[in-house]
Amino acid sequence: MTHNHPHDHTPIVQEEKPGYYEILEISVRELMIEKGRITADDIRKQIELLDSRSPVLGQQLVVRAWTDADFKKRLLENGNAAAEEMDITIYDDTAFTVLEDTPQLHHMIVCTLCSCYPRAVLGLPPDWYKSKQYRSRAVKEPRSVLAEFGTIIPDEIRIIINDSTANQRYMVLPLRPEGTEDFTKEELEKLVTRDTMIGVTIPKII
Amino acid sequence: MVKTIEHEPAKFKEGEIISVIEKFPIGHYRTPTYVRGKQGIISRNLGKYINPETEAFGKNAGSKMWYYMVRFVQKDLWDNYVGQETDELEIEIFENWLEAIN
Repeated sequence: MTHNHPHDHTPIVQEEKPGYYEILEISVRELMIEKGRITADDIRKQIELLDSRSPVLGQQLVVRAWTDADFKKRLLENGNAAAEEMDITIYDDTAFTVLEDTPQLHHMIVCTLCSCYPRAVLGLPPDWYKSKQYRSRAVKEPRSVLAEFGTIIPDEIRIIINDSTANQRYMVLPLRPEGTEDFTKEELEKLVTRDTMIGVTIPKII
Repeated sequence: MVKTIEHEPAKFKEGEIISVIEKFPIGHYRTPTYVRGKQGIISRNLGKYINPETEAFGKNAGSKMWYYMVRFVQKDLWDNYVGQETDELEIEIFENWLEAIN
């Protein structure tokens, strides 16, 4: 391969050998393509679709819910229909379920079995979300886990943990902070980070 | 005529107190061990969804089963739970894992 651009860097090489599951995945994929069940382009398209999603979509849903009470009602009643109204397709046949925080109630999401995550509206999950530590501790000691994220939930606020084990894909609708009455849509969107929609932190005015 | 599970009405109602069956079969199960044998309340009937226990092995693919959102009080799930009496956990459970409390 020609390599004549001016800057220096160490050569890019793949040193790690594929593991058992990687080889299994490649074998199944190649067999499916060989047998004509799916095409290489189908796989590429699906990866492109997954990569096109990011927390920006969740932000739009949250800010619309904060500023439009009718939309919020529809979003809580039927997440899929409300998302599609905003041209966000829930492409994988899952039930998109939005959990509303209140001044008395905080939600946090986890998938103890694997990594179920509302990918259609938040993109790929962060690595820590898939870690065994988060998955096992979020259900058992949520307040300690939250404190490690710098989130202290006062004792009088109830916590509900939602563990996804089948077809629900949860997203938290965090509480709109006080003092944001005059904020523009763009200013509000900045408060709604990925982690506020997982429920490991809350929106803060910086 | 063969009656399949798809034609059966839902066994449990919203608000009903149930117990998760304590069983330890080998295979693909979506019911974590931490809720097995525990009592909770049906918070929502979620309709029917593909039965993952057979789907995982490519058997009977596409058959659906009732499943529910079930809510547990955290203090009932964990010894020495640190938090509020009212802290809860909500999880989806398929009907074949639930039994009524008499």
